[in-house]
Amino acid sequence: MNPFTYSSVTAVEDAVRDNASHEGAAYIGGGTNLLDLMKENVARPTHLVGLNKLPLTAIEPTPEGGLRLGALATNADTAWNEEVKRRYPLLNQAILAGASPQLRNMATNGGNLMQRTRCYYFYDTATPCNKREPGSGCSAIGGFNRIHAILGTSEQCIATHPSDMCVALAALAATVRVSGPSGERTIPFEDFHRLPGNTPERDNNLEPGELITGLDLPAKGFEKNFSYLKLRDRNSYAFALVSVAAALELDGNTITDARLALGGVAHKPWRDQEAENLLKGQPATPETFARAAAKVVEGAQGYGSNNFKIELARRAIVRALKQAAEGSQHASDVFLNSNP
Amino acid sequence: MLHPSTSSAAGAAGVAAPPPTGTVRLTINGQQHTLQIAPWTTLLDALREYVHLTGTKKGCDHGQCGACTVLVNGKRINSCLSLAVMHEDHDITTIEGLGSQSTLHPLQQAFIDHDAFQCGYCTPGQICSAQGLINEGRAHTEEEIKEHMSGNLCRCGAYAGILNAVKEVVDAKSNEVKR
Repeated sequence: MNPFTYSSVTAVEDAVRDNASHEGAAYIGGGTNLLDLMKENVARPTHLVGLNKLPLTAIEPTPEGGLRLGALATNADTAWNEEVKRRYPLLNQAILAGASPQLRNMATNGGNLMQRTRCYYFYDTATPCNKREPGSGCSAIGGFNRIHAILGTSEQCIATHPSDMCVALAALAATVRVSGPSGERTIPFEDFHRLPGNTPERDNNLEPGELITGLDLPAKGFEKNFSYLKLRDRNSYAFALVSVAAALELDGNTITDARLALGGVAHKPWRDQEAENLLKGQPATPETFARAAAKVVEGAQGYGSNNFKIELARRAIVRALKQAAEGSQHASDVFLNSNP
Repeated sequence: MLHPSTSSAAGAAGVAAPPPTGTVRLTINGQQHTLQIAPWTTLLDALREYVHLTGTKKGCDHGQCGACTVLVNGKRINSCLSLAVMHEDHDITTIEGLGSQSTLHPLQQAFIDHDAFQCGYCTPGQICSAQGLINEGRAHTEEEIKEHMSGNLCRCGAYAGILNAVKEVVDAKSNEVKR
């Protein structure tokens, strides 16, 4: 790690001010990804603003009937929160499908959104990477790209966003609350992360110095019919090759509302509202699910080693929707059944 | 003696000297320690290099293997991915704080009884992680214990023994609760 100074703040305004007064500063919450990137010399902040004493750990109801997740609540405390388990089991499942118990005890909700791609070229400072060093080229295109994106890519970057939690947040249509030098604002989850385009160095639409303070979940939690299906090289503690967050609202066998988001396939959690519209008003049958799946992968493009993801994603969508319709979650429902 | 080497950064022409070390107070296994360390010192390095508690191991140093697992306020974390300065108000427990030479912790005894290691390098992290698992109280069946111990790798492949050892202590705990 390169040398840096550290300060600990106790108020959001102080955090924003301290960050603004140090050029090259970064916020640090749990630090599980940032410190790793600093050890690899990928991130080189000159100053860290320690956030862990900010009063942002609460998980509490919103006036709109939803739930507000404090930015500094840990992933573990969020997943195991009674209201999250009862009203948003899709989020519980997605969080617990990611990382390890140790990491979930450290990682914060805000940090989960801010984590960076695990593209091996992004991590390897000896290779060109447009995300790490704009203009240097993309080593993954034409290189080893088994874990890379198949949707929404650009000629500059085919990295994926690695989060599981964010796939559920996309499906649930959460809202991101931020504070920054120009005050507070909210960002719809779908507009938070970006596609790479010509600026792959930008993962999200935060303005410089802005800090995530919380995540608002809307009232609707799809707690009856949902599935978080994660497919990976080993059955625990691995990033998704493809993951699917599927949520349905059913009237008999008719789908009255639907949400569909994918992880491991794009530079951002990939929610497909056109595919959702193909589900709404239709019977919950394999044919309906297949049409939605075909829509999602319609424009998918493989880059060699990751060609398999297109068919994997198509099948995973069908399976996740079937699990959601049946009310039978992924095998990982061991999590939910555990005693609190 | 307490100052980490800063020669590489300070020695380069035109590069500003790194900021001085600062005072960090840590409570480790019930004892207070006042350290003069740089802000970039990880909790793992603070434990091993400055407090000389070398039971906590450095495996991958990237949060992938779990060898560095310690308990902070009773919760298991990877000490390699955390800065020491972030833990001033916390109670840190390492493997040295769980058992002693004369009185082994039940998990330590179970690891011996079940042949739950070969080289032993991952063992302190496995045991601290298992204690965290027990504190959480969410894993009871073999499947649950496997999933909740997945943050700790064992390159010798002693997983079967580790599972049996942890299961034995988990079972004993739940029997205690029932009685």
